Parts: sequence; structure tokens; C-alpha cells
Amino acid sequence: MAVKIQQPGLLTSVQDRGRTGYYHLGIPQGGALDQYSYELANALVGNQGGEAALECTYMGPAFEVLDNTQMAVTGAPVDVLVNGNQQPTWATIDLVAGDIVTFGYLTQGARFYIAFGGGIDVPEVLGSRSTYPLGALGGFKGRKLEAGDEIPVGISHDVQYELASEYHPEFGAEFTYRVILGLYDHLLDEQGVKNLTEEEWSLTPVADRAGLRFDGPGVSWKPRVQPFGAGSDPSNIVDAGYAVGSIQIPGGSQPIILHRDAVSGGGYAMVATVISADMDAVARAQPGAKVRFETVSVEEAVELRQQARERLRAALASLDT
Amino acid sequence: MTQTTQLRDKARYTFGGDEFLFVEIDEAMSLAANIRAMGIAKGLQSKAVEGIVEICPANASLLIRFDPDILSPSDLRQIIESLEEETKNTENLTFESRVVEVPVWYQDKYTSEVVERFREGYHQEPDLTDLEYAAKINGESSVEDFIRRHHENPWLVTMVGFVAGLPFMYQLVEGERQIEVPKYLSPRPSSTPKLTVGHGGCFACIYSVEGAGGYQMFGVAAGPIFDPSQSLPNMKDSMVFFRPGDIVKFKPVSEEEYMRLQQEVEAGTFEYRTYPVQFDTSKALADRERYNRELLEVLHGR
Repeated sequence: MAVKIQQPGLLTSVQDRGRTGYYHLGIPQGGALDQYSYELANALVGNQGGEAALECTYMGPAFEVLDNTQMAVTGAPVDVLVNGNQQPTWATIDLVAGDIVTFGYLTQGARFYIAFGGGIDVPEVLGSRSTYPLGALGGFKGRKLEAGDEIPVGISHDVQYELASEYHPEFGAEFTYRVILGLYDHLLDEQGVKNLTEEEWSLTPVADRAGLRFDGPGVSWKPRVQPFGAGSDPSNIVDAGYAVGSIQIPGGSQPIILHRDAVSGGGYAMVATVISADMDAVARAQPGAKVRFETVSVEEAVELRQQARERLRAALASLDT
Repeated sequence: MTQTTQLRDKARYTFGGDEFLFVEIDEAMSLAANIRAMGIAKGLQSKAVEGIVEICPANASLLIRFDPDILSPSDLRQIIESLEEETKNTENLTFESRVVEVPVWYQDKYTSEVVERFREGYHQEPDLTDLEYAAKINGESSVEDFIRRHHENPWLVTMVGFVAGLPFMYQLVEGERQIEVPKYLSPRPSSTPKLTVGHGGCFACIYSVEGAGGYQMFGVAAGPIFDPSQSLPNMKDSMVFFRPGDIVKFKPVSEEEYMRLQQEVEAGTFEYRTYPVQFDTSKALADRERYNRELLEVLHGR
């Protein structure tokens, strides 16, 4: 069972829930950036959870179906065409050998997900099928997809599902990301903290699986004597581990949210971290999106995390009613 | 910049979102700070606490990833705080380590070519090479003297990360003998050759893969240190060669010797020479230079 890639799209890669246990060696978590959409894509083809799917960025692939299979497309709204005929998203789609699948352009959001019945059948590396391109590891040959690739697919489950629209996430032009101030926020001066948490920021085109960079008023730092080994800029620290979701502001100009493929450490001060419940939404913003960072406590973040999981559970449960 | 000789009394604890606890042993880099970070990491590992997902010791800090559904943030903090206290009392112990001899072609043609391309707008002194600049600001009268200083004393791997398998190294010399060089004004967007021996702040590194980088470039190491195919003898146990606590001794090699080693890499026979040692932290903290000589005796077959 396989599909054959005719055009790869802008950045299409194999992703799953990601890998843990290797971050201390510099190997990032990886995995689908929008986990909610990814999990539901799997559920809509009857996968039990954790199967590998395709993550597509801005411009989707074109592929030929080599064997009968089932597919579901979730995430950012996109036109799905099978042999030129429009198909529903957030629903099971039957495919037969010889079908040609293509996609329209994204007008909202940044990433969509394609799951196949049985999942993408590539070997697990370090406990995951996610692609780590810098290390040429995991996924399909350790890289993004290219024209001519034959992507092996598992055995379909012959299901028929559709997810009600109330469970679809929002892909607007404005986002509020909840953050916990911390790590090195004490290096910012009062105005710096105020700018970060009260002003509006806009997403630049420099936004990928490693990090997303924002334009805005910038921040200012307290004057200090740099500690030994830290480097000369006030945004420099002695190289340390980076939290996934943490926000660093090199030189004080543009905040960068680190996402799942980010480097595991470095010498820039992190001043806040996006809470786990909002990391999917970070991956849904398009360049130009207006963003605010709202501070919450650790306790609130844990509570919001439980609510987010509850929403996913409800969406999954709705498929079987 | 000044180097503190005394560690701060108590580490600073701060959360990175709801899944990460960051423990800053000290703001400044020091051997003592790194040893404490490693000590807490080892202690935590052996406790095998349910809900801990990643333990990442770094130069002067630790990053711990946890699952707050299993382990509450405040419980985790308490566990680490008591470990910190225990570690203070036990850190004069020794730990198992190894001396790794790393052949380096200094002033090689690969990094020299990249150095030439990234001058104006990237480098502090575009008229100098990275080595000339590093020699000048570290008070050495020639590049040769600087290179000798770089390889004559060993380095401790204080952190692995940034990208897969990249070691950060801290030279085992007193504060005033530390090599300090700022990073590039703006990082090279790509094209740092694989296995470049770099330097930023007080840290040496070896770039495990080709890519972006902001460290000054001094040379190129002989063999792979990250290999997903695990084909070389050194890589059988792990696709990542270096681990925190390794002791690195750079060994300068000529172009001819480097090229000969490349044939070994191609043939799949290349192996970094490694020698098991006991790293005695109290000796290292007491008299660096003397302890270095003792450590490096293993290289001379004692």
C-alpha cells in the first residue's frame, strides 16, 4: 500500500506525537505542530492513535493513490480535490487506486494534516516516526517529501466518520497565547515586560517548525554586568537548555517562540513560555497574524491543559455517537 | 566580565510553562556549577521519578521536562530542592569518565573558506581571520601560540545539545587562562561545515551537523560525532558520541594526517581513541594544572 508523490508541496513531512527521551542529546521532540488536528485526522480514518501522518505547510502536495485506502484531512481550511472533485475536510474520504489527490491554497492557518488508514508505514527511529531533517533522522528518509517518493501506507479500517463543525479549531487572524513569565524574565526592565505582555505583535514570515518570529515594539533590558561565559549582549546567557514553547528575544527586537523542531539549547535568554494548551494555536497562525501574550500562573496553565485535553476527548467521543 | 570563584548558595528555580522546570545553578559559568548540575541530573536519574520526561544537564543549569498530570510542579520542585542539598554534601566524589583524543586540523581549508565568505557585517574585525582575532583578543602574539593554548589543556564536556550530539566544552584551566571570544555579530545562516571546531564565549564546540552557527571557527575534527546509521565502531552504542562529563584532548594534525583519517572514516574503521578515567572533582577544583597533567597521563601509556 502506498501513495506516490507527484509534487511535494512547500514542506510536507511525516509526523506523529513526537519523540521524548533524547532532548538531552540535542534531538528535538518533533511531531505534528498542531497535535489536536493531527489526532483527529487519525481518528477520522479509524486509527487508534499515534500513527504517523503528513504535515503540510501553506501549499499541499499532489499525489497518486497506488492502492485503495482511506484518508482524512484536518487542520487549516483547504480545498481537497480527488480527480478534480471537491471533498469534505474533517471527514473520512475513500480513495481507490489511480485517484489523483491535489489541494488548493491556504487562505487561513498555516498547516493541514493528511492521515491514511493504518498510518504512514515508515520505521520508528528512537521511538517515533517524526522527521528530524537537520539530523537526517526519522520520517521518510529523514527529510521532507520530494517528487517521486513512494510513501508506504498501512491497511485501512473501512470506517466512515465526520467531525461536527463545533469541534473544528479556529484559524483566525488574531490570537491570544497564554504564557507563564519566567526563566530569565528578570533580565527585562519594567517597560520590556510591559511591551511583551500588553502590546500587540505580528507574526513575520520567518515562521517554521523550529520557531516563529514576531514583529512589534521590541523590549528593553536592565543594565547589568554580564556574568562570565554569557556573552556580551544583555539578551545573552550562559548556554542553557531551551524549553519547548519558550520565548527568546535576541538583541531585544523580535520575540521568537520555539516550537517542536527548535534547537535544544543556546545562549539567548528566554523570558516566558507559551503554555502547553496553546502550542497548537501557535502553529495555526499565518504571517501577519496579530498576537497578544497573556500571562497566567503555573496552576492556571495546568488547569487549562486539562481543559484542552477534555476538548480533544469530547471531539474523539463525538465520532462514535 | 568577572569569574566568580564561589557558587551561589542556592539554585534559582523557575518554570518554563507547565512542562519544564529550569534550575539555574549559577548565572556564571564555572567548573563547580557544571559539576553540581551533573550531580543533580545523575541523582534525579537514579531516583527514576514517575512523571519525569527529560533530564537535560547544561553548562551551569538543568532543564527538566515533566508531565504535570503525573507529577505536580510543586512536588517536582521539592524533589529537586532536596536533591540539590544532598548533592552539595556529596559532590567531592569522583565519577566515571573517559579522556577522548580528538584529532583536529586547525586552520583547515574548509572552515578557512567559510571564514573568508562571512566577514563584513558578520565579524567583529573583518580584516582578520577568526583565529587571528581570537589570538589577538586573548593576548597571544601569534595564531600558533593561540592554537597551542587551545589544545594543550583538556576540556570538559559540560553540555550536549543545540543540535543532535553537539558537545559544549569548558577548558580545565583557571579563570584568567580561559579563552574568551564573542560569537559572530550575526550568525552564519548556514554553511558551517560539519565537524567545525568552534568557539563562543568561554565554550568550545564541535558542530555535529552542517548548518547555521555563530561560533568562531578554528578548525575541523577528524571523525563523525553524530551518525544515525551507527556504522562506525565508536557509534555502536549510541548515534551520539559525546556525553556530559567526557574529557576532550584536542590533538593537532596536519592536512596529510587529516586526509589519511578521512580514508579511515570512508572505510568505516575510524575510531576516536578513548581512555577510561576517574574524574576526581575535588582534585580538579583544587589544582587544575596539576590535575590536568595527571589526567593526560593516560594518553602517554603511563
